[in-house]
Amino acid sequence: MSQLRERLTAGTFVVTAEIAPPKGTQVAAEVETARQLSGMTAINVTDNQGANMRLSPLVMATLLRQAGIEPILQLTCRDRNRMALQSDLLGAAALGIENLLLLSGDHARFGDHPQARSVFDLDSVQLLQAVNTLMAGTDMSGKKLDGVPAFFAGAAVSPEMEPFELMFQKYRKKVESGAAFFQTQAVFDAGKVERFMAEARPLGRPVLAGVLLLRSAGMARFLNANIPGVHVPDALIERLEKATKPLDEGVLIAREMVAVTRDCCQGVHLMTLGHEGRIPEILAG
Amino acid sequence: MIISRQKEREELLQALSGMQRVFIVGCGACATACKAGGEDEVFRMQENLAKDGIDATGSVVIDEACHIMRAGRDLRHHRQAVDEADALLVLACGSGIQSISSNTDKRVVGGLDSLFLGNVRRFGQYEEKCSLCGDCILNETAGICPVTTCAKGLLNGPCGGMENGRCETDPDIVCAWHEIYERLKRQGRPGVFGRTVAPKNWGRRGKPGRHNVER
Ligand code: SF4
Ligand code: SF4
Repeated sequence: MSQLRERLTAGTFVVTAEIAPPKGTQVAAEVETARQLSGMTAINVTDNQGANMRLSPLVMATLLRQAGIEPILQLTCRDRNRMALQSDLLGAAALGIENLLLLSGDHARFGDHPQARSVFDLDSVQLLQAVNTLMAGTDMSGKKLDGVPAFFAGAAVSPEMEPFELMFQKYRKKVESGAAFFQTQAVFDAGKVERFMAEARPLGRPVLAGVLLLRSAGMARFLNANIPGVHVPDALIERLEKATKPLDEGVLIAREMVAVTRDCCQGVHLMTLGHEGRIPEILAG
Repeated sequence: MIISRQKEREELLQALSGMQRVFIVGCGACATACKAGGEDEVFRMQENLAKDGIDATGSVVIDEACHIMRAGRDLRHHRQAVDEADALLVLACGSGIQSISSNTDKRVVGGLDSLFLGNVRRFGQYEEKCSLCGDCILNETAGICPVTTCAKGLLNGPCGGMENGRCETDPDIVCAWHEIYERLKRQGRPGVFGRTVAPKNWGRRGKPGRHNVER
């Protein structure tokens, strides 16, 4: 039984983190990183994140499970059509994977195979529907399944995106299409998170706010310029700039954000990018 | 129309290597408008090839090179020049090139790359707005095609990367879903936002496409 589902259902504040599968076959380091994150409820395993080709997340998630760590398998629509997605989903269920995070996926243009043909046979809403169809016992063409998967399927949302109504209509569609929980893009603006949660709360789905550890002002600027949907406000960049130890300041900023989410969200999703050792400080207080 | 552009000279010469005489075919429709395969370009091609030691036995600009029967007729009118050539060099879109290749067993060398079905913004400026999906959703999307103009072809609203109404893949282009949203708002109707759009039926598209108008 998924711990993530149990805790979110019980209303416990949940902490998740993420790892990326390796580029290559050496998986030991990633499993070790995941072990260091053992305080988390579950660990996301990214799917060719940023459109950079890496080892299969289905395999990586299975390896985590074998190591006693609960994974959240990320699946994007960029690299697989509806047949491949369904068949991977059935495979995931057979391997005991329950938690999913279903995404559209970054465009191939961003990654290390810009010449690849992007698939996008489904979008994230349709993938959620496909998962729920499988859970109801048939495939997308209505054929009965021999053995029915039981997933805890989540989706992503960018709470700071404008216009708000345009972002929120998609959130609503995802809820209606069976999203059981949400993990957000990295958020930095408490006011915007609170505004989003005020609208999202009545729809009754737990939301894990994305909290990203900023290492420096340079990194913040890089994110603003290169990562779609991430916006670090100038005031925070200034704080990082003025700090004698920018990483410490970044930990402080992350901790403040976690404090905000403790009040209005059901959990946090931490992105610490190599500084997993600082997680206890981020969660302190 | 079909937007096309001439292949780079090196690539073309590579495709023509070993040939001394070619018959050049242009197209009077799209390739002319794209300045890739009209009268002017056929003439210039003839001059440039001569510098590289390749002579033209003749040339013709077909009204619409995609018309298979018309292409056949025009080739027959130039039978002698065609027969004398080692190959036919076609400055038309991929459809046009295949009208020619389906009329002769001679070597056919395509001189253009075909890009997309395009609208004309102004002369020389073309934009792709429809990718011929076979299952048109425009009536619900305020006349803006997400299949084509959203970089991911999403059907249920924008991805998380949209920023200030711009597309995550290229800040120079607008996000199709932002456009759809703004125009539907001006029209005061929910349109596509009123329902969850099911996965597209690519089966309706057929590959290769075939269509017979009923008489
Ligand atoms: S939905 Fe878009 S691609 Fe499909 S037919 Fe309509 S305009 Fe063309
Ligand atoms: S930003 Fe808009 S147009 Fe670009 S991929 Fe995302 S939804 Fe499509």
